[in-house]
This record gives sequence, structure tokens and C-alpha cells, in this order.
Amino acid sequence: MFKDSSLHIAARDSIVWWKAWLIRLIAVLLSLIVCAIVIFGLTKMNPVEVYKGIFSGAVGTSRRAWVTIRDTMVLLLIAIGLTPAFKMKFWNIGAEGQILVGGAATAALMIYAGDSLPTPVLMILMFVASMAAGVIWGVIPAIFKAYFNTNETLFTLMLNYVAMQIVTFCIVYWENPAGSNTVGIINSATRAGWLPELGGLTYGWNVVIVLVFTIGMYIYMKYSKQGYEVAVVGESQDTARYARINVKRTIIRTMGISGGICGIAGFLLVSGASHTISTSTAGGRGFTAIIVAWLSKFNAFVMILVSFFLVFMGKGAIQIASQFNLNENASDVITGIILFFILGSEFFIRYRIAFTKAHK
Amino acid sequence: MVEAVNAIELKNITKRFGEKVIANDSVNLTVRKGEILSLLGENGSGKTTLMNMLSGIYFPDEGQIFVNGKEVMISSPKDAFDLGIGMIHQHFKLIEVLTAAENIILGLPGKMTLNMDEVIKDIQALVDKYGFELDCRKKIYEMSVSEKQTVEIVKMLYRGSDILILDEPTAVLTPQETEKLFAVLRNMRADGRSIIIITHKLHEVLALSDRVSVLRKGKYIGTVNTCDATESSLTEMMVGEKVSLNIDRPEPENPREILKVSGLTCLDNEGVKSLDDVSFTAFGGEILGVAGIAGSGQKELLEAITNLCPIAEGTISCVNEHGKEVVISGKSPEHISKESIHIAHISFVPEDRLGMGLVASMDMTDNMMLRSYREGKGIFADRKKPRELAERLIDKLSIVTPGVSTPVGRLSGGNVQKVLVGREIAMHPDILLVAYPVRGLDINSSYQIYNLMNEQKKKGVAVICVIEDLDVLLEISDRILVLCGGRVTGIVDGRTATKDEIGLLMTKGQKEESHV
Amino acid sequence: MSALIVFIQKAIAQGIGMLFGATGEIITEKSGNLNLGVPGLMYMGGIAGLMGAFIYESGAENPSGIVGVLISMLCALLASGFGALIYSVLTITLRANQNVTGLALTTFGVGFGNFFGGSLSQLAGGVGQISVAVTGGTYRTKIPGLSKIPVIGDVLFSYGFMTYFGIILAILVSWFMYKSRKGLNLRAVGESPATADAAGINVTLYKYLATIIGGAISGLGGLYFVMEYSGGTWTNNGFGDRGWLAIALVIFALWKPINAIWGSFLFGALYILYLYIPGLGRSMQEIFKMLPYLVTIVVLIFTSFRKKKEYQPPESLGNSYFREER
Repeated sequence: MFKDSSLHIAARDSIVWWKAWLIRLIAVLLSLIVCAIVIFGLTKMNPVEVYKGIFSGAVGTSRRAWVTIRDTMVLLLIAIGLTPAFKMKFWNIGAEGQILVGGAATAALMIYAGDSLPTPVLMILMFVASMAAGVIWGVIPAIFKAYFNTNETLFTLMLNYVAMQIVTFCIVYWENPAGSNTVGIINSATRAGWLPELGGLTYGWNVVIVLVFTIGMYIYMKYSKQGYEVAVVGESQDTARYARINVKRTIIRTMGISGGICGIAGFLLVSGASHTISTSTAGGRGFTAIIVAWLSKFNAFVMILVSFFLVFMGKGAIQIASQFNLNENASDVITGIILFFILGSEFFIRYRIAFTKAHK
Repeated sequence: MVEAVNAIELKNITKRFGEKVIANDSVNLTVRKGEILSLLGENGSGKTTLMNMLSGIYFPDEGQIFVNGKEVMISSPKDAFDLGIGMIHQHFKLIEVLTAAENIILGLPGKMTLNMDEVIKDIQALVDKYGFELDCRKKIYEMSVSEKQTVEIVKMLYRGSDILILDEPTAVLTPQETEKLFAVLRNMRADGRSIIIITHKLHEVLALSDRVSVLRKGKYIGTVNTCDATESSLTEMMVGEKVSLNIDRPEPENPREILKVSGLTCLDNEGVKSLDDVSFTAFGGEILGVAGIAGSGQKELLEAITNLCPIAEGTISCVNEHGKEVVISGKSPEHISKESIHIAHISFVPEDRLGMGLVASMDMTDNMMLRSYREGKGIFADRKKPRELAERLIDKLSIVTPGVSTPVGRLSGGNVQKVLVGREIAMHPDILLVAYPVRGLDINSSYQIYNLMNEQKKKGVAVICVIEDLDVLLEISDRILVLCGGRVTGIVDGRTATKDEIGLLMTKGQKEESHV
Repeated sequence: MSALIVFIQKAIAQGIGMLFGATGEIITEKSGNLNLGVPGLMYMGGIAGLMGAFIYESGAENPSGIVGVLISMLCALLASGFGALIYSVLTITLRANQNVTGLALTTFGVGFGNFFGGSLSQLAGGVGQISVAVTGGTYRTKIPGLSKIPVIGDVLFSYGFMTYFGIILAILVSWFMYKSRKGLNLRAVGESPATADAAGINVTLYKYLATIIGGAISGLGGLYFVMEYSGGTWTNNGFGDRGWLAIALVIFALWKPINAIWGSFLFGALYILYLYIPGLGRSMQEIFKMLPYLVTIVVLIFTSFRKKKEYQPPESLGNSYFREER
């Protein structure tokens, strides 16, 4: 098919870092232009005003800015959690479910033990419980992958919905007020089990916990023996065997870590943000985080940028939408368009396209 | 109009890979209509490359190709198809979950609706005509290798190929299957089709072909009529005069038994014996060369010693300097002594350098760690020592690289091999296993690798190396173990053995088995 | 007895949307593309069909149901086909990762559906509740005469035309896949693009067409849900997780459209089973709702355990193909 084509596509050996970033920047700018056209088409709003509106929606007030930061942190944490799995080429698209079971474990402790335990003990318990729940949810598909090579993409995907049903199951027992079929704000009077403020900052703990994990994961992947094993298994299982790495154990252990961190994200979402639980607690973040991790090439610090950018645009779009009485799902459309462009731009980073004269 | 006599004529075909490797050097070849031509040569003599240019996989750098007397350009497999050239590769291009008939008609134009019964009738007619044995409705994954090969041949015939190229078709067949294949090939010849069969098995050449063309190290040596040829005349053409390479071969000093292999048998995925009752002893301070046609069990032998390939029968044991013998590998790994890890350090340079021995996307430091990252206490891996090692290797082996943090996949073949061999030697092994150490390397790098192996030998290491080039093998090895079909057909002295002797041992097993 | 009839009817009604989604995704996956954007495509198809019908009905003096159906179908096919085109360009031509692209498409598509669904009345100038009664009614028309037969009519003939269309489509796709040359070629592309390429098949073209046509068919699942199941109204996120169930159904059906037909009824039945088991507490009902997913997981484990070739996903699923550079 390409025989007569004058296009010649060749893989690049390497690319200067600034060129790669220039290509990404161009992609982002293009996507913003397309978004502006879409928004203009719907609202007839001056595109410059649109971006002013987005800016104000995302960081216009201190409260909005903090919500943006809080959501950035959660998205970042999930992406951090996914990193080791993806580095191992294990397609964990079950973060959504791992978050939910972690959140459910947190909510359970808030409801059943909230008033009987001192805050520090409760916090540690919730932290550990949410992590344990996430570990279990991550390890199940890993065991089947390790021993039977069961397709992990589809397995983890299915487990998301099993987790969702577990949450609705719990809601039946936890609903408040009765008959609402929602849990409502848990311990709204006592605030028991709510992640406390840190130094006067409402979401201080969220930031601290996520940054600790970010740095921890960076160190784990870069300097630890286990992180090294993960990288080797991901690159070549033959080499891993040659180096006497226990591939099965590495797969299971790594998915435990991945699921555990996603479980902790559930803890942050329930105890540190919404103070309630529902099937939409994860809200697609598990999927978005996959894209964040992938686009960042698993670089923890790039992930901060990408997470912030996506949350920023999302929050801004919600603001625009509400200004025009439009639906807040506009943010997903905007996010989708941006993602398409960035995904497409990777091609131009990986490959060089040369226009050669058709040889005769 | 006079009909052209030659189905194919190649004139001065040259193919280079990169700057230094010339796979085919000005090769001339003629294939007549209705004949079976054997293309004979050792591994790496350029047979497959030459034929790949006929089938559209490669494009020649220089030279002309004539098909039925007309000069042609073959730039894709489709071009080859259109000219009636069909090649059956060693790795079959078949889709496992489809039936034989479905594979045969794949991609062909025709009516929208697929009437399989009709198709099968057509194919069956072809199958019967030449005397194949084939169940058209059988799925590929249920087939034996020989059945798959039949499907490939029928596929080519069904698509109207009258020039068939078979790349070492008998390598995977039993003697009985080989006989059947030869029978259908003769039928096809009788039908006026031309057949080129790539091989290095002399008795097959003599049994089947009309003429034999010989390649050696990329060069065309000559063509003879099979009736005028004998095994020894062909061997001479194939291996040529002994070339002196001036590789050092120090005398072994105080050789002592280090590795004992006895009765080693391994099975491949299909349950066929890839190693069959292999026994030998390797001594410290000597280089034991392993010779054999590709796929005779070399890979399995090295992988069995390193515990990477399951063992069906037999044991492998090591002897330490105090004469204590410990089993390091055997049928059931549980019975292996706990001491085995400490008794002998085995270093292994595998054939697949970037796919097994190294991680292409990682830098030199991280690749140095591959075998040693567990060292040291704590959860963190020490990168300081590997980095120092990497720097030392760059210095000592003059590895050309932008730096220790460049991914090894970006280095040239010779430098990749130096990284790998350097790392394995740095582990201070008692036994060093090396597979195809100089494959794809230029002369200078090759000599550097030979020197490294000799250095280890002088240190008292037992070096076992698989090398395909018999000239090299004869100059570097103290003893040579010859494998044929997974069996040891001889262990000869490297100083006194001749190329012919080894060449015959390499095909000995087959000769006894088949009575074609 | 009547409870059973209602159960069967409801199960089929639940199943048909998934059947469209799964039929489309089977075509896509047979070309080696794992499109996780199916949930998004179904939202896109649903909302585009609704919008098309809405614009037509609010513009026409005397809207005709048939025209409404045709317009809505065309809109649905175009929208979901366009979504699949985005996916194709990114994964086939630009070689982006299929999983990531699919998930981005789902984010986009679900957002697209909910955004327009929630904003349609506002965008149209504040007309209040969006409803396409005429078109919706036509979609819901049962087979005249036959549906009046007791029991048999209720079980077999009491559905709108989309139900029969979905089943016929699955049968047609099955015929195409296993009884036509192009179908054979398509299967070859999904199994081993390199082999197909060597046999002279235009791999890129097959991948594009299969992904776009498959995506468009998946979109009809969304249209079915909006028009026949919901009678021409939109509820945000009303479509729920059926898109993912459609992907689950592909696995459950072992990539065979015929299996998807009965599989979709089974999934539909499992989806609503909790309503028909007497004495189930509310909490147990939720556990029962896990069944379709648990069944899929069991199938997934079973097939990986059995390792039977026919039960495996297409060999090249998830990988992009490009001819080796020479």
C-alpha cells in the first residue's frame, strides 16, 4: 500500500528533549484551538473570554484553587499507583474498582468506628484498610495473569463493576437518610473520620500524602531492587528469566502495590474530600489516570503537570458550562479532545516522517 | 519465439547489510525449467539472503534478476507471486486458527461468498495430482510440522507458482516425512516446475537434485551436476580450504574436571527430543567448542546447563577445586543440592543478546546490574559498583558509546557483545558459556572476543562456546564436541581435527537415520 | 407464567442494546483492534440519534415516524462512526496505544452524550424536556397481528424492529465472518497482520473499515436504548454500564456473533434477575447485579485455563501493525 507513497516513516533513534516537548506543546495548543472552536460553536462566546472563564473556574478563587489542587492530587496518586503495573506492561485498567473498594473500606470504618476511636488511630486504620482492600483487588487478576496468563485488561475491567456492586451493596446498609439510596455526608456533625486540616489548610494532608507517595514511588522505581525487577520484567520476560527474577512473584507483588495505592486514593476521596461514598466516587479517575501515566511516560514529575492540566481544564469547562446553563459534562468533551491530540502527537515524537521523491 | 531455457538467472547479485557485512558478493545462479537445484552452503553462507531477494523480502544492492529470460524487479512478495515465484520459509507464514484450505485461499480474489466445498475440491485435485497427504479441513494448530509444510507448498502451487524455493525444508522433518516430501518434489519436477532447495545436508543433495550450486561466505563457488558429485567433493566446495585466522590457542594449564554432563535429554514444546542422551566433561583451562548444524540442540544444551530449559533425563554436576562433585541441575529441581549455587559460578552469553542477555532500553549501568542487583543488604540496589564496572569495561574493552547512560540497544552489534561478554566475565565465573560470540561482529571486535575467551581459559575457567564458523572453531578450541540432531556424534581434538571430519560428523546422525 | 413472560421480555429488552455493542466490537476486535471506546461510542450514537430526531420533529409540521427513524439512525451511525474514525486514525495511522486511546474515546463519548443530552434543551432555546414522541413511538411499534397471539406473541413478537434488526445483523455478521472471502481476510488480519499482508491483503484498509463499521454498529446500541428502551428520552448516565457489558459480552461470546445473541439475552436476564427472585433483600439484589461481570470473569479464566485456540482473542488484539522497515 505504501509502495508508491512518497512518505517515508522511520523510527527515530532519539529525539532532543526540547523537540519532543515542542511537539507536545504544539499538540496542546492545537487541541486548545479546537476546544475553543467547539465552545464558540456552542456558546458563541469569544474564545479569549472562554479561556478567561476556564482560568477563573479553575483557580479564580482560593476555594476553587484548592479544589483543583485536591483533585489534581488524587488523580496524581492514582497515576502514581498505576505506574509500576504499567512499567511492567501489566494493563491495570481496574484502578476504578481498586479506588472503590478502598473507599468502601474507609467509609465502613468511618461509619462503624468513627465515634469510638481516637482520630489518629482511626486515620491509620482507615489508611491501612483502604490499602488492604486495594491490594486484594489488584492481586486477584495478577495471580491469574501470573499462573494462567489470563488477559488482565479485561479481567481488571470487569472487576471495576464488581467493586461498584459491592459499593451499592454497602449503600443499602449505610444509606442516610433512609430510602434515599445514598450514603449522604458521613458523620457530618462529628466530622469523625474526616481527614483533618493540616496547618490550617483544608486539603493539606491530601497534598502531603500524595507527594510522599509520589516521591516514594520515584525512589522505589529508580533505586530499589524491586523497582529494577519490575522494569526488567516489563522489558523482556526472557531476560528476567535469564537474570533469575521470579516473574510470577514480581507480577503479583507489583499489582499488590499498584492496587494498594489506588485503594489509598479511595481513602483520600472518601475521608479527605467527599466524606461520602457512591458508585461515582471514582468518577472515571481510574481511567483518566491511565492516560496521565501513559502520557507522562511514567515520569512522576511530568505526571504532576499533566494531572494539573487535565483537572484545570475540566474545572474550567464546568465553570463555562454552568455560566451558560450548559451541562458540566462539557469538561469530559474538552478533556477528550485534548487527549486525542496529545496521543496523536506521540507519533511525531517516535517517528520521523520524510518526504522522499517517488523513486522511478 | 524460442522458449527460454532458464526459469531464473541471477547475475552479479550483491547484497550488503550495513557497511561491513556483505551477505552476497556478486553471485551468479541459474535455475533451469523442470529441475531441482540444490543451493548448498554452511550456516551464514548467504543462501537464505540470496533466495529472499527472489521472493521479494530483500532488494539486491547490485545485479540483475531474469525470470523466464526477462529482466525483472522484485520489490515485494507480491511481485514475486506475480512472477510465479513462491518461497517456503523456515518459519511458516500460516494462521493457526484457520484450516488448511482457508490458509491456502487467503487474500485471493474471488466471489464474495465463500464456498468452501468448491475450494476444497480444487485444492484436493492439486493435492492428489502431486501425491501430497493433506486434510484441507484440519486447522493449522492441530497439524504436525510436516503437515504445515505441506500446506505452505500447496498454497504456493494453488497460487500458480512454478518456481518453488524451499528453505531447509527437511530440518524439521522425520526421515519418513522427508522421503514423502522428496517424492512430491519429484512429481512437481516431472510437471515442469522448477525447485530450489536450500540445504546443507549432503546426502539429500545427492538423493534429490539435478544440479548443485554452492555458496561459501557469501560468494558463489560453482555449480556441478549431481551425478558428477560425491559427498567429499561437495564438502570441499562447501567448506573450502582451511583458512588460517591466526587466533591464539594457548596450551591448557593444569586442566581439571569442572562440569560433568551425563545422559542429558531435553524435550521441546512438541515433545520431540531436542537433546538426546548427551554426556561430556568440560575441563577448567580449556575451550570446548560445540559444532553442529543450526538447531541441533546447541541452544538447549547451554540453557539446560544454566537451568533455563527443563531437563527430561540426566544430570549436570559441577566439581569444585577440592574434587567435590555436586549436582547443579537435573530432572527435578527440588533434588538439586542447596550448595549448587555456591559451588560454581556459571556465566552465560546467550545467542539473543538484546532479547535475553541484556535489556535494550536500559543503559549500561542497569545492564551491569542484571546479574548482580541482588547483592548487598537492604531494599535498594547499589548502582555505584555497576557504574564503575561499566566505566571500567568501556575503558578496557574500548566500547564505543556516548556514555554509561546510553541505552545499550543504540550501540553497534560489536559493542553490544562487548558489554555482554564483559559483564559475564566480570562475574569471575568458573564456567563460561558462550553462544555464537562473534555473529554479526566485524573482524576487530571478533578478535577482541577471542582474546577475552582465551584470557578466561588461562585463568582456569571452563569455556564452552558454540560457534558456527568451523575455521574459527578449529583454531580456538582445545576440543570440539559435535552435535547432530541433539546427539553427540563425536568429541574431537581441536588441534588435529580437519574441517571435513567435523563436517561429516555434523551430518552423521541424519545419514544413519534416513535411507533416501 | 405471566411473570416469566415479562421476565423474558425485559431480559431481551436489556440484552439488545448490548448485542449491538458486542456485534460492532466483535467486528472491530476481529481486525485486531481492542476498542475500549465502545461505551463512549454508544453514548454518541444514542445522543446523535435523539438530536437528529428532535431537530426533525421540532422542525416538521407533521413529523413522520418513519422519516424520524431514518434520520435518527443515520445520525447515530455517523456520530459513532466518526468516533471510531478518531480511534482508527490514532491507533492505526498514528500507532497510539489502543487501550489508552479507547479509554480517552470513552471519556469523550460519554461526556459528549451527557453534555448534549443535558444541554440540548438549553441549546435549542429552552424548550424544556426533550422528547421525540413520534419517532420513539415508531421505534416501539410491535409487529402488528403477530404480537397479539397469546404467549408466543408476547415472547417472540412484542418488540420494536430494532430487536429483530439486531438479531439479523448479528447473524449477517456471522455469515460475513465465516462464509465470505472478505470475512476470512478480516479474521486473518486480526490473527496475524504480517501473514495477511504477505498474502496480499490490505491490512490498513481492513483495520480502518472494520473499526469504523464496527463502531457505527456499536452506536446503534445506544440508539436502541434511547429510542426503544427509553421511548425517545434522555437521562444523563441513564445508559449506565451497558457499554462495558457489551465488551464483556464479546469475551463471553468468544468473539462469535451468534453466541452474542443468546449471550445478550442471558446478560439481560442476569442484569434484571434480582427483580424476579422472590424474597431477595435489597442488598442481595445488588449482589445479583454482579452476575454478568462475574460470569464474564469466569469465562475469561476458563478460556485462559483451557487454552483452546478457538476460544482465544484474536492473536494480534491490542497491537498496532506496521510493515517492517527495510
